Amino acid sequence: MTAPTAEALPDGQGARGAAERRRRTPGAGFFGPQRRSLWFWIFVGPFALGLALFTYVPLAWSVYLSFFDAHNTVTPTDFVGLGNYTSMLTDGAFLSSLGTFALFTLFIVPATYALSLALAVMVNRLRVAQAFFRSVFFLPTACSYVVAALIWKLSLFSGVRFGLANTVLGWFGADQTAWLSTTHPPWYWLVIVTVRLWLQAGFYMILFLAGLQRISPQLYEAAAVDGARPGWQTFRHITFPQLRATSVAVVLLLVINAFQAFDEFYNLLSDARGYPPYARPPLVYLYYTALGREQNLGLGSAGAVILALIIAVATVVQARWLGLGRKED
Amino acid sequence: MTDTGTGIGRRGLLAATGGLALTGLLAACGSNTGRGGGGSGPGISQWYHQYGEPGVERAVKRYADSYKKARVTVQWRPGDYDRQTAAALLTDSGPDVFEVNGPTLDQIRGGQVVDLTAEIEPVKDDFNQAVLAPKIWQDRIWGISQTVDTQVLYYRKSLLKDAGVEPPRTLDALVDAARKLTTAQTKGLFLGNDGGAGVLGGTPLFAAGLGLVTEDGKVGFDDPAAARTLGKIRRLYADKSLLLGAPTDWSDPAAFLQELTAMQWSGLWALPQIQQTFGDDFGVLPFPADGPHGTPAVPVGAYASAVSARSPRKAEAKAFASWLWIERTDLQQDFALSYGFHIPARTSLAKKAARLRTGAAADAVRYATDHGYAEPLRWTTASRTAYQDALSRVIKDGADPESELRTVVRKVDAELARVRKR
Repeated sequence: MTAPTAEALPDGQGARGAAERRRRTPGAGFFGPQRRSLWFWIFVGPFALGLALFTYVPLAWSVYLSFFDAHNTVTPTDFVGLGNYTSMLTDGAFLSSLGTFALFTLFIVPATYALSLALAVMVNRLRVAQAFFRSVFFLPTACSYVVAALIWKLSLFSGVRFGLANTVLGWFGADQTAWLSTTHPPWYWLVIVTVRLWLQAGFYMILFLAGLQRISPQLYEAAAVDGARPGWQTFRHITFPQLRATSVAVVLLLVINAFQAFDEFYNLLSDARGYPPYARPPLVYLYYTALGREQNLGLGSAGAVILALIIAVATVVQARWLGLGRKED
Repeated sequence: MTDTGTGIGRRGLLAATGGLALTGLLAACGSNTGRGGGGSGPGISQWYHQYGEPGVERAVKRYADSYKKARVTVQWRPGDYDRQTAAALLTDSGPDVFEVNGPTLDQIRGGQVVDLTAEIEPVKDDFNQAVLAPKIWQDRIWGISQTVDTQVLYYRKSLLKDAGVEPPRTLDALVDAARKLTTAQTKGLFLGNDGGAGVLGGTPLFAAGLGLVTEDGKVGFDDPAAARTLGKIRRLYADKSLLLGAPTDWSDPAAFLQELTAMQWSGLWALPQIQQTFGDDFGVLPFPADGPHGTPAVPVGAYASAVSARSPRKAEAKAFASWLWIERTDLQQDFALSYGFHIPARTSLAKKAARLRTGAAADAVRYATDHGYAEPLRWTTASRTAYQDALSRVIKDGADPESELRTVVRKVDAELARVRKR
């Protein structure tokens, strides 16, 4: 509040006066280099506090809970050591949920990758209406997983005769199929995978498009001069290697997204009485164990810790393997 | 730069685990608990799940307003109510009085709800004993049953007659009937979109003359008859007699009303809607008996009113719960019968109800009285999940019922041992 007083000093006192003023004004000190650490904390503090409060405290608490029999309580007293971990690791349902997840990742990551790359290459070659198609393919990204899952469940792949898929099959005289309830063959995967492809492909297409547009046209010209045929040969030897950085980012993002799979699974397959034993990824299973009516927070936390370790290891391995961030040669 | 990779990993890791605890935290602080500040007289908050029938919300608010000894604020909570209450009970910001699909054994043992024995004791015998039983643990009563809900098998008389099928009285007859009633346009039976694993639960076991947990706390279905009966449910699925993937689930009569199915397992609450559409052209049945020791079975259950142990005004909350759900029989009757279609939890009121004395409604009430079974308190969620998973695998994957049940028996045994200790 003293700054205005300093400002009110009459002009024309010369350089000495100005220097004096700077020294005396508390404001000047406040903005000076010696207060850098104060400003560091003012800017970083709220974020650090939020991170600690909403990430580290729950994380530590979760680890703490995992060593207790914590039914319906977050302040347990019944220490069980590694009991929760052993029962989680011997729980067939949890192990099969990890299997489900692995299967899902093995399919969805390459499928989304291939589809979005194909879309990008096609859109990139368009001479007219490129912006239009770019928008059209990108648009599903704006749709929520919940909404899309409900449309897939209730209208496209509804099991009754007036569901879209069944209507189309009906034209060819086929029987109606209960897409989400049939386990032999596992038609539910078709529903789950298509909804995610529809939602995600557009976003990754944009990433690939950006990558494609950064490839220097001279490379293609040089290749043409060297006799490379346009089409597969050019794509294989010029486009694809040039997209390496984009590809690494896309694959990493896809795997992380697959780890977090919850929304479409939950909205497609859960009902008021629970969740079927198939297509149940770990997050869904843990959600029912810890936060559902079971309220077994100890067991759920143990599962979360196990899952977190798996994700950590997988990510580190993947980063090494793909050489993430390695300097481009 | 390699750090970027592990950076993302770390963030993903933290997000995944932190989310677990965070969800609870957010659930706790994200809601106005309804406990009003200021004003005169103690404030009590009361929670209800969202009833589908119009008028219930206004009615319960009216009941609360007419209570003079405390200021009661009603909270009407849409969404996953069981999960909301479970999270809220972990904190101080939960309700004082709340209805609960339980209370569960772990809620009672965890000291989350208050003992209401003294309040119920004088009129204990007037309550439907089947639904009161799961509210009792170690001779203390932990919740006051509000109404009785039951599920029955609805069938279209005309469709059965056209197909030359008698209303099925045994499980074998049901399997046959469902197959004969299945046409290109209409399926024979609707047991929910999951093929019945969810809604049927222990019902087939009771129909086989078994149970979920015995009186002395042992597994109630460690018997070859259980596998035989569950195998017949599989038959229904394998015959393609079951309606699957309908737009609405078993709790809604839409599939039955749209003639997507000739028979449907649904709640008593669906009866007025079905009556309105089909008039007299429908009937109700219990789940049919199976095997030599079999008996028809209908599940009965009740939302109960409970008082949170974390409430700062436990005495006032108990007084209010007791006033509404024990003293004021007129309001209980209004609640059960004026909006939806529930059987009053008090036998004396159920007998007086005119709406329950004629036609299919009277049949349903009779089944609930004669053949009603309630899930025992010791049947914990972990046991239910294990059994439901197995039932689903038997029905859909054709897994061997015997080996599936053996796994479930082991798991349930462990759960029962857990609740026995302490």
